[in-house]
Amino acid sequence: MFLITCPWCGEREESEFTYGHEAHITRPEDPSALSDDEWADYLFMRKNPKGPHLERWVHTAGCRRWFNVQRNTHTNAIMAIYKIGETPPKATTAGNKS
Amino acid sequence: MVDAYRLRSPLDHLGLTARAQAEAEYSGTGVVLSEIAHLCLINIRGDASDPAFIAAVEKSIKLTPPTAPNTVAGKPSQSRIMWLGPDEWLVITKPGRGERAMAELWKNLKDGKLHAAVTDSSEARTCIRIEGPRAREVLAKGCPIDLHPSAFGPGQSAQCIVAKCGVMLVQTAQAKDTAGTYELYVLRSFATYLWTWLEDASQEFGVRVA
Ligand SMILES: [Zn+2]
Repeated sequence: MFLITCPWCGEREESEFTYGHEAHITRPEDPSALSDDEWADYLFMRKNPKGPHLERWVHTAGCRRWFNVQRNTHTNAIMAIYKIGETPPKATTAGNKS
Repeated sequence: MVDAYRLRSPLDHLGLTARAQAEAEYSGTGVVLSEIAHLCLINIRGDASDPAFIAAVEKSIKLTPPTAPNTVAGKPSQSRIMWLGPDEWLVITKPGRGERAMAELWKNLKDGKLHAAVTDSSEARTCIRIEGPRAREVLAKGCPIDLHPSAFGPGQSAQCIVAKCGVMLVQTAQAKDTAGTYELYVLRSFATYLWTWLEDASQEFGVRVA
């Protein structure tokens, strides 16, 4: 069983959660002022690291709240969990803890 | 004003009342299943850190919205309020008591000019109760939540999955012999599926309808 710790509900089974892609992408203040390239970059371009990744998850079958996760995409180890609006942890090379 | 119409439980077609009468004599079954139909369920959204919001809810329903995740305040025999999220709760009251609770909540939250929402969701769900010495084992077949008495007990709740079906799970009682009583609040379109799954999963322990 792959457990994820919801900041509200605690440890729950992964099947209760939905992955929400890369975190901390801010919508541009004035989209009409952007070039097509800049807008496409905001809409489509995402990091795809092998290692620590800051991403969003939602506790779909539980409290239905969004939160942030730092996960090692190589080992699938969850390195940190923090609420929306909180500062992300510094990226590290750790994360082999399972 | 909504016209009066005939409320019908989503499990009505299973003839549970007749079965309960027929099976009342059964003894020693490991599991007892029953439906608690037509409970009033009121969803409340608001700011838990605002004392005025808490006070308005307390004034309306005489219960304090719990801030501890996945807990329920109040007695099962009366009205209860369940934590659904950091700014969301569910009031559970007896059939017929919902209108008054709705009106009180509307009035007190409006009077306080509070940023809040109150929604009657009574007919979205029905409640299935499962009890008996083997009830916990039946739920364990389909639910990843640890329901062992050392981890889960009366007054605790969880929005979770039972047999692939989303439910609000509440434990209402705990007997000495580790028998727990649980309520499953299930969306009405899933109610027949969940009931038949529970009854099937209970077969090996012996089951009766109450
Ligand atoms: Zn949660």
